[in-house]
Amino acid sequence: MWNRPVDKLIAGMLTLISPDGTVRDGLSITLEETRELYADMVEARTYDHKCMAMQRQGRLATYAPFEGQEAAQIGAAAALRPDDWVAATYRDAALMWRAGYPWALLIAGRTGDERGGQAPDGLNVLPPSITVGGHMIHAVGLAWAEALNGSDRVALTSFGDGATSEGDFHEAMNFAAVYTTPTVFLCQNNGFAISYPRDEQTRSESIAMKADAYGMPGVIVDGNDVAAVLTVVGEAVARARSGEGPTLIEAVTYRLGPHTTSDDPARYRDEDETGEWRTRDPLERVRALLERAGAWTPEWHAELEARSADVIEEAVAEAEALPRPTAAEMLSRMYAQPTGPLRAQLDEIGA
Amino acid sequence: MSEQTLAQALNGALATALETDERVVLLGEDIGRTGGVFRITDGLRAKYGEDRVFDTPVAESGIVGAAFGMAIAGMRPVAELQFLGFSYPAYDQIINHVARIRNRSNHRFTAPMVIRVPYGGGIGAAEHHSESTEAIYAHIPGLKVVVPSTPSDARGLLLAAIEDPDPVLFLEPIRLYRAVKEEVSELYYTTEIGPMRVEREGRDITLISWGAMIKETRAAAGQLEEKGASVEVLDLRTLSPIDQDGIVASAAKTGRVVVVHEAPRTAGLGAEVAAIIQERVLYSLLAPVRRVAGWDTVFPLKRSEAHYLPSPDRIVRAAEETLEA
Repeated sequence: MWNRPVDKLIAGMLTLISPDGTVRDGLSITLEETRELYADMVEARTYDHKCMAMQRQGRLATYAPFEGQEAAQIGAAAALRPDDWVAATYRDAALMWRAGYPWALLIAGRTGDERGGQAPDGLNVLPPSITVGGHMIHAVGLAWAEALNGSDRVALTSFGDGATSEGDFHEAMNFAAVYTTPTVFLCQNNGFAISYPRDEQTRSESIAMKADAYGMPGVIVDGNDVAAVLTVVGEAVARARSGEGPTLIEAVTYRLGPHTTSDDPARYRDEDETGEWRTRDPLERVRALLERAGAWTPEWHAELEARSADVIEEAVAEAEALPRPTAAEMLSRMYAQPTGPLRAQLDEIGA
Repeated sequence: MSEQTLAQALNGALATALETDERVVLLGEDIGRTGGVFRITDGLRAKYGEDRVFDTPVAESGIVGAAFGMAIAGMRPVAELQFLGFSYPAYDQIINHVARIRNRSNHRFTAPMVIRVPYGGGIGAAEHHSESTEAIYAHIPGLKVVVPSTPSDARGLLLAAIEDPDPVLFLEPIRLYRAVKEEVSELYYTTEIGPMRVEREGRDITLISWGAMIKETRAAAGQLEEKGASVEVLDLRTLSPIDQDGIVASAAKTGRVVVVHEAPRTAGLGAEVAAIIQERVLYSLLAPVRRVAGWDTVFPLKRSEAHYLPSPDRIVRAAEETLEA
């Protein structure tokens, strides 16, 4: 059942909206802001379900679902300014979208098209990292450059509990602290690195406590509470922006779905555990709060779902309408200008 | 103009880059206070400040990864790794991130950065300090690999690498740092990345090499000339993108080619050179393309270095067999 170290974490972490929707001291966002965050989470979940379905239909390559982690991702991105940097992972579509990345490009990426990684001009969101953990240091370099240039942009990097076992986590945390870079490290501890449970991943009681060794603050937050995540990430962003350096945030959450469309969680985890986490659903608690405040009705929810479905369908249509990339395009995006050998290969394919 | 060693030319190029482009920053282990293990960055921190020249923690992946982030954000970082044998912790960053961000983002994000790495043996260094694994880097799409062998090329190629819109692995032949001197301009100039340099023109045979091995190749060419052969020597100086046309033109002219490199022979870059030649001008060849290379061993420790490194004698022998074939 539910007796992992995560119990201790849950006891010690910041929660502002309880799983039953009751409000705790310190909640500072307005009802209208809460409704917007809820609407964003509904839209994100609609996207997630749509992608799972499309993958089953063979319309998408492997997909890594984020269901259950909407609060961690939407809350974190909502704390950013539109020109801040984001270096995230394959499971962070909701975070990237809330930071400004169009659904259509996220879908295009999942159809297997490099153009999906091309953020709109002016948007500082990198393509999601596919290898685990290598991107955390990029957020250190990005933030470092901004600070050296006298800008107050910050860089947020998102990663999972598994990534904290990579050596690159150590190097990124150390560099960020050594150079006081305006970097926010957001670890979405979703309980598993594919099949490997968090309590076997590290003997540390928490991931946040690792920050201590690097000389930076580490904070644990209820990753299924969008208001708490927004608050904690907001504080870390403010610290970073004012030159006080990096913060490690551990958002305790749970991946309700599989690692990707290629695995079966029944092989490595207990259905009871997943059921327990369903009672902590990030959308459900906000719904309960809003309903109690008279700011949620089944009609409004149905309207949100219908609108989200339309938005995602449009994005799917846009992504699928992209003309098939040409071989010449493939050979022409390795360098600013194709090199001699690539020019010869372009000739060879008759481009 | 002043007479400079290769090491001085590199130091001067970095100073010029710091002077002329405020986006340029240097980062690496021990490059600030001590000027790096080979003193290539000597004096630069004192002159350009702690906000331009950074000593870093001992973390090659971190150095390259942080430089990569800086490059994406608009800076022109020049990272130093102490030895090519110490570059492998950063290999993941180089192959999975640095070399492919342009592709992954369809040109939206780029990594205009330079990774400077001393390489090669012949100074009796400790294990892992003598590697010539350029081929595993030349194999990476999206990366450029440059190796100067003369002071003036060192300056021009390094400034070109810093200007380049794509990432450049800049290999510096340790053995030549202070072994060669020539007049080098102090003006800002670049040497184009890509085209090889014809070190010496000849008609009978082409010797192709790069980096530190240019010295042995040059000596071999001298011996061969004394024996009456007209020898062409090519210094590739860019290993990726390799100058296919330049190689092919010379091979077609002389019909006889020997490739010389310090790295182990099997799957070394010499194989690529030979393949380019046979694909395009096989019927101009008068003899098989030969390779004089390091053996398929790890780079040996000091007392066996002479067994390993291609010598002028080995090159002359291979060239004579090629001339007689």
